[in-house]
Amino acid sequence: MALALQTFSTVKDANAALKAAGTRYLGGGTLVVRAANEGDVSVSGLIRSTEPALSAITVSGREVRIGASVTMAAMARHPDLSSLARAARAVGGPAIRNMATIGGNLFAPAPYGDFTVALLALGATVGTDDGEVPIETFLAKREDNHAIVTSVGFSLPLEGGFRFLKISRVKPKGVSVLSIAAVLEQAPDGTVSSAHIALGCLADRPMRAKAAEKALLGRKLTSDGIAPALAVASDGTSPITDAVASAWYRNEVLPVHLGRLLLA
Amino acid sequence: MAKIPVQFMLNGAEKAEFIDSGTTLLNALRDKIGDTSPKGGCHQGTCGACSVIIDGELRLSCLTLAETCNGAAITTTSGLSQGGVLHPLQRAFLDAFATQCGFCTPGMLMAAKVLLDHTPDPSRDEVVEALSGNICRCTGYEPIIQAVLTAARSNSQNAA
Ligand SMILES: Cc1cc2nc3c(=O)[nH]c(=O)nc-3n(C[C@H](O)[C@H](O)[C@H](O)COP(=O)(O)OP(=O)(O)OC[C@H]3O[C@@H](n4cnc5c(N)ncnc54)[C@H](O)[C@@H]3O)c2cc1C
Ligand code: FES
Ligand code: FES
Repeated sequence: MALALQTFSTVKDANAALKAAGTRYLGGGTLVVRAANEGDVSVSGLIRSTEPALSAITVSGREVRIGASVTMAAMARHPDLSSLARAARAVGGPAIRNMATIGGNLFAPAPYGDFTVALLALGATVGTDDGEVPIETFLAKREDNHAIVTSVGFSLPLEGGFRFLKISRVKPKGVSVLSIAAVLEQAPDGTVSSAHIALGCLADRPMRAKAAEKALLGRKLTSDGIAPALAVASDGTSPITDAVASAWYRNEVLPVHLGRLLLA
Repeated sequence: MAKIPVQFMLNGAEKAEFIDSGTTLLNALRDKIGDTSPKGGCHQGTCGACSVIIDGELRLSCLTLAETCNGAAITTTSGLSQGGVLHPLQRAFLDAFATQCGFCTPGMLMAAKVLLDHTPDPSRDEVVEALSGNICRCTGYEPIIQAVLTAARSNSQNAA
């Protein structure tokens, strides 16, 4: 394998090195080293930065900032992020979670990217040295991104407001048939006042279920209340087909699992 | 390409080698340092046969670049037995027929060791979860799960 790694103490220097042709940033390596092992010769140089901020988690009140090099395992055990632990633990097995970073997850193609589904529902922002962009904007153009992602930021949802579900066929751990994250707020009468729903594996990257979100507003989380949202759950989806499930199957089971998540 | 130096502790002994940049830890351990206990099953992160413990955490050596381990403390299955005496996990694997062809065994042992290091008295579910990144094509998993639970019990009896 002809892969040379260059390590820089600052993101600034690493960004400069990434301008060279054939280079790619190295996060935990679970996708990029895997591709090299499989014979992908499009990458000849790996770049990484050891700047400490990349590995930091800061929580102040409900505001959270997570450095791009933070691993799924570090998030899963952080006491202030317990509401998100389920989504972090959904990624791979224990060894993968000790390596897989949040930065790398933002770039992971379906069926991967389970934690990014959570970030999309949380309305996160994605930071680089050039500033911050909403995660939706970032995901839409992620192929064009050549800058190192330094961190993601979001507000922690209110108690019990975050829901996450990953469906896989291999137990206890396997790749997603689909994953769903929802951040819901309810008025005192129980009707939904705000809904953010994100889907994984229903397109080549995580996407919002905007029609379902709209159909939930003002409705109660009962079988009748959520029926209109389930009816439009697959609006705008174009699921992947892989060895685990076909696009048709993913669309068919989406309303079933979304219903279970909303009624849970 | 010029070789680069790597230096780390392997099973308590200091190791230093010159490697090509980009060499995986699995290849460095097996081909350079001569520790063939981690196995290369898939080189894709899926089988877990290459699992090692780096600074107390389970990692896949096939997806880890050796040069990122400079200064680290690495444990492999070669480091489990002491003075010819098997580690309780190794003993339990043998007694429970938890190893058949044996290819997955070093990875299973590493995953089980990290579990017991942090959770000395695990539940069955915790054992299943801890081994969930490791594939075995022979045993059907049940003997492995039983072996880990037995080793945990024998550890706690020894400690009592
Ligand atoms: C066996 C196995 C099981 C898996 N299971 C799951 C699963 O269940 N769910 C899931 O979501 N994923 C899964 N994955 C995929 C992967 O492990 C995760 O998506 C992980 O979060 C990727 O992060 P990484 O740090 O390892 O990425 P890397 O491999 O280091 O990088 C992936 C891509 O992102 C780019 N990149 C990484 N960090 C940055 C950054 N900070 N700035 C700019 N670019 C960056 C890299 O250049 C590369 O192109 C699995 C992988 C394997 C091998
Ligand atoms: S060889 Fe590393 S996981 Fe299979
Ligand atoms: S004993 Fe053969 S793969 Fe597990």
